[in-house]
Amino acid sequence: MTRYLVPLVAFAILIPVLMIGLTRDPRELPSPLLQQAAPQFELPSLLDPARTVGSKDFDNQMTLLNVWATWCPGCRQEHDFLLQLAREAVLPIYGLNWRDNRPEATRWLEVLGNPYVASAFDEEGRVGIDWGVYGAPETFLIDANGIVVHKHIAPLTREIWERDFVPLIRAAGVVQ
Amino acid sequence: MIPEIGHFALILALSLALCQGILPLVGAHRNDAAMMAVARTAASGQLIFVAFAFGALTWAFVQSDFSVAYVASHSQLALPTIYKISAVWGAHEGSLLLWVLLLAAWTVAVGRFSHDLPEAFAARVVGVLGLLSSGFLLFTLLTSNPFMRLSPAPADGADLNPLLQDPGLAMHPPILYAGYVGFSVAFAFAIAAMLSGNLDQKWARWTRPWTTAAWMFLTVGIALGSWWAYYELGWGGWWFWDPVENASFMPWLIGTALIHSLAVTEKRGLFKSWTLLLAISAFSLSLLGTFLVRSGILVSVHAFATDPERGFFILAFLAVVIIGALALYAWRAPALDSTAGFKPLSRETFLLLNNVLLVVAAALVFIGTLAPLVVEVFNAGKISVGPPWFEVAFAIPMIPLVLLIGVGMRTAWRSQDFGTLFSTLKWPALIAVIAGIGIPGIFYGRFGLLVSVGVIASVWILAVSLIDPVRSLRRSAGAPAMSRSMLGMSVAHSGLGMFVLGVTVVSAFNIESDQALRPGNSIEVAGYQFEMRELRDVEGPNYSAIEGLVEIRKDGEYVGTVRPQKRQYLVQQSWMTEAGILALWNRDLFVALGDQLGNDTWSVRIQYKPMIRFIWLGALVMAIGGLIATTDRRYRMTARATRPATSEVAKTA
Repeated sequence: MTRYLVPLVAFAILIPVLMIGLTRDPRELPSPLLQQAAPQFELPSLLDPARTVGSKDFDNQMTLLNVWATWCPGCRQEHDFLLQLAREAVLPIYGLNWRDNRPEATRWLEVLGNPYVASAFDEEGRVGIDWGVYGAPETFLIDANGIVVHKHIAPLTREIWERDFVPLIRAAGVVQ
Repeated sequence: MIPEIGHFALILALSLALCQGILPLVGAHRNDAAMMAVARTAASGQLIFVAFAFGALTWAFVQSDFSVAYVASHSQLALPTIYKISAVWGAHEGSLLLWVLLLAAWTVAVGRFSHDLPEAFAARVVGVLGLLSSGFLLFTLLTSNPFMRLSPAPADGADLNPLLQDPGLAMHPPILYAGYVGFSVAFAFAIAAMLSGNLDQKWARWTRPWTTAAWMFLTVGIALGSWWAYYELGWGGWWFWDPVENASFMPWLIGTALIHSLAVTEKRGLFKSWTLLLAISAFSLSLLGTFLVRSGILVSVHAFATDPERGFFILAFLAVVIIGALALYAWRAPALDSTAGFKPLSRETFLLLNNVLLVVAAALVFIGTLAPLVVEVFNAGKISVGPPWFEVAFAIPMIPLVLLIGVGMRTAWRSQDFGTLFSTLKWPALIAVIAGIGIPGIFYGRFGLLVSVGVIASVWILAVSLIDPVRSLRRSAGAPAMSRSMLGMSVAHSGLGMFVLGVTVVSAFNIESDQALRPGNSIEVAGYQFEMRELRDVEGPNYSAIEGLVEIRKDGEYVGTVRPQKRQYLVQQSWMTEAGILALWNRDLFVALGDQLGNDTWSVRIQYKPMIRFIWLGALVMAIGGLIATTDRRYRMTARATRPATSEVAKTA
């Protein structure tokens, strides 16, 4: 009775998938994007739909791009740290408000504080796809030449910042 | 010294678990009574040693022994004692130990209450549980030893993640795990039945109370997690479709299907192979959930420390257990084809629909959870699946399911006469339709299609659930009262009705407002006036906080005071929001401090959440229904009667 073998076969197919999945770190940038030019984008600004925000704003300086959304608890978790970072003014932080809705996202920034120079409003997630966004929150570090030098998935903390970001920022000569 | 003794106790527990896993299974195969007799003794011994190891780790936490690495990274001196204890399961190593402890406890409970089962069957059940336990103990000892020392020991620890310093979350893992682990009992019963080759309806009856008990714990565990998310990080949300939430939800959905399909197998001898497959799947999904959480294969806010070595170990374990079980299934199941039939209008049909819809729902959650991983493995890029997708996908099987429950409950086995069904159900249906149109309009002043569908479904389930209990109360003297099983079913279904009502009303009529507020100022939201009386500094044991005193009035009349806080935890330097919630049965008033805008001006998020308590209350009522059903006398009596009388099942069917 072959039909009783179906569950076994289905699960057997799943195993190699999980196996390969294990060898990939979902927190790592897929190799195609790392050390490559950051994908260009231009989107309406979250707070001021008449303006646009995009790669052109990053010009010639090291920039942080943080992907966030109001439905994402991890974003809430890292928000206070982003605010601290913004106060320290090491580098400009841009937001990519991803698959969200405008009134809620606007309120979020009003209530919690706004660490971003500006947030691009990526309602349908198109730019997110170009950037290989897997989930929110994600944070990209883009150098002065527009090259993606680091990507972090999951909430940002002081510890991760000091460990993964600060050395790269120092190496680039931005005063820390 | 105590941590080393704990470590040693864990090694002894592994030895006993291996005895418990191997000897009774061999004994049952050879019909060797002496070998089978090892089962219960080894299980008790294993529990004692695991409990000892767990106690040793707890001791290290309470004593703040920072020479133990696990304690040093998850505790600190100023942590309140209650959280020092809950910190034991606050991260990977300790929660694995908790898992093993609960598995040992379930095993001993099975041994204790299975004296009326055939000896070979009980030996096989305990043996299978012993093998599972051996796997988890090996995993703990080889990759995740919680007793590892740290030298030199730090003067103070790194503190427990502030998110976890909360009574709701202290209780969430033990209860959730009791559910996960509980499904291993249903799994062991299924394996034991397939090994013995004796697959009549009895194993279904023996499995039922255990499955229901596990499901009950899982229900409460998930509800606790959701409640915690609501007041601790949710900003008013209560479910996020996070991979780890999904990992607990899939076994719940399959477990719910299993409970219903076990009823058919027990009563009518149908769906046998399907029930076996569900029993295997419920536990397999629990294991898969563990794998997803512990291996770091998916990104989640809940994710534990990621470690590929651990991932490979669990995957190997997962593969052995599930492939073994499914191979056994492929071998035994073909003999189970049943020829008994049933009419289209019968309880069997509705339980079949229930199973199909629940399995479809679980499959959709499974696809949404694993899709990003699968797509990445095939190098097709990276995709993301968010709450919008889950909400739509999940509603598709769920809406017909909740509407069909009412009919299914009132339908007889084998064949149901349409006329009687119609006359019983017309009144509840009418009440539900009136309520569905009336409630949104009268209480909330607005109509909507989705709201009406939701309210109709919930009132419909509630009304139909009441029929049997009411009839039982009003029965004539001498007539038998309804059985615990039937009462349990009615209660659990009414819990579902409450849950659906809560979800519907809160999603439709929730009001949110974000405003700047300073002491002396007042704002109005949803007819309530919120006045900030004062702001003050508060010192906690390991945090300092700013607390707002917000007085709430309605039409000038005092309703209550809430104290939302913004806490800074000193060791990890992280900020946490403690919402101030004024709860009443039919609404929550939720006040949270946002950010400091000026001197003493704060942005404040105020929410009016009607009926949100029904979400968790409904889940609790479902669990109570499960509890009532597990205490049905039938399970105990038949267990005693089965050994001599084999035809007994046929009589009650």
